[in-house]
Amino acid sequence: MPQVFHRSANTFSKVSIFGALFALAAVVYGLALINRSSYVTWAGVAREQPVPFSHRHHAGELGIDCRYCHTTVERVASAGVPPTATCMNCHSQIWRMSPTLEPVRASYRDGTSIPWVRVHDLPDFVYFNHSIHVHKGIGCQSCHGRIDEMNLVWQESSLQMEWCLDCHRNPERHVRPRKEIFNMAWKADDQAVLGPALMREYEIERRVDCNVCHR
Amino acid sequence: MSGRASTIVVGRGRLRAPVVVWVLALVVLGVGCRQDMHDQPKYQPLEASAFFADGRASRPVVPGTVARGQLREDSRLYAGRDSAGSFVEEVPFSVTRAVLDRGHERYDIYCSPCHDRVGNGNGMIVQRGFKRPPSLHEERLRDTPDGYFFQVVTEGFGAMKGYAAQVPPRDRWAIVAYIRALQLSQHAVLAEWPLETRAELARGASASAPVRRGPAHD
Repeated sequence: MPQVFHRSANTFSKVSIFGALFALAAVVYGLALINRSSYVTWAGVAREQPVPFSHRHHAGELGIDCRYCHTTVERVASAGVPPTATCMNCHSQIWRMSPTLEPVRASYRDGTSIPWVRVHDLPDFVYFNHSIHVHKGIGCQSCHGRIDEMNLVWQESSLQMEWCLDCHRNPERHVRPRKEIFNMAWKADDQAVLGPALMREYEIERRVDCNVCHR
Repeated sequence: MSGRASTIVVGRGRLRAPVVVWVLALVVLGVGCRQDMHDQPKYQPLEASAFFADGRASRPVVPGTVARGQLREDSRLYAGRDSAGSFVEEVPFSVTRAVLDRGHERYDIYCSPCHDRVGNGNGMIVQRGFKRPPSLHEERLRDTPDGYFFQVVTEGFGAMKGYAAQVPPRDRWAIVAYIRALQLSQHAVLAEWPLETRAELARGASASAPVRRGPAHD
C-alpha cells in the first residue's frame, strides 16, 4: 500500500501544530485590541450634543473655572451637569438672539431639560466619586485630558478597569498639588520626586481592593 | 450509560469533554455579553427617566417642602438680615485666614468672570459684551454693610443673576469677606498698619524703586 501522504507532510504537520499556537495567540491579541479600541470604549470619539457647547471656548479661551458650572465636583460623587440657569447667567445678555442657543433659552423658559449626550458613562456597578479624587490631588486633566482644548468633548481615557488600576496601583505617577487640580495645563517639573512626597502629604494609599470601587 | 464518565456520547461518535467545554466557551463568547449589570434599572444622577412625566430621574424639590437639614431659620446667616430686616454689618461668623482664602478661591471661580480678579468690573465676560458691573472699589460700595453684598450674591442685582444655586451660604459669606479684603487693598491707610509691616513696606519700596524706574535714569 502506497503512502497516502508525501514525506513533506511530516514537516507540514509539525509546523501547523507549532503555528496553531501563534494563530491562537493572534486571535486572543486581536480580541484584546478590539476590546481596547474606541469601537468598544468610545475613547477619542467626539459626541454630538443638542447644543454645540464648546469647552475649548468657555474653559480655555474665556478661562472660566470648571467649578463655575460643575459646582458639586468637590463635594459629592457626581461633578454635576449645570442647570440651564447657569448658562443664562451670561447668555441672558451674550448671544441672546443666537439661533444656536434657542434650545437653551427654550429650556430656561419652560423648565424642560436639555437632553445632553452623556460622554463618560461608567458601568452601574462602579461607584466612582469625584470629590475624593479632587481632594487627594488628582487633576481633572489626568482623567479627562485637555478639556480646555476640546470643542465637542470626547472621552480621553478608556475608563476600563485596567486603566483605573494603573493609577490606583501607582498614584505617585499622577498626583499633583491640590491648588493645580483645575489647572489643565499643569505639568510637574519632576513627578518622580513630587509624586511620592505628595502621596505622603495627602496620605494617599494604593487602593486596589474590589470594594473600593465595587459594592 | 455507555462509555466512561469523561466522554459524552453524541450520535455515533464520541467527543471528549474538553472539546465540549471549548465549544461551549466559544458559544458564550460568540453570543456576546449582556450589559444588564452595566446599565441597571436604577437611576444615576441627572439620568433620563421613562417613569416621571418630565423625563428626569433627579427630582426637583416639591414646592412648600423643606429637605431634612435644609431648614434655614437663621436670617443673619441665610439672608444677611437681622430680625428687624436690616442688613447685618458684618459676616455673621468669625473671619479667619482660612475663610479669607476660601473666599479668594470662590471669588476667582464665580465672580472674576465679570468683576475681574481685582474687582474693577472688567472681567472676561464683560470684555465679551456683558453689562459692566460697578467697580467694587466705589465709595458707595465700600460703605455698604456686609449683608448687602450677601444679598446681591444670593439673589442677584440688575443683570447679575443670583448665585444661591451655585455657591452655598458660607461660601457666599467667604466671598463677601474677600471683597472686603479687595477693597482694603486699594484703600489701605498706612497709619493703620502694624509698625513692623510698615517698616517692611518702606524697605520693599526703596529696594524696588530703582528697578521700576530703571537704573540709568535714577
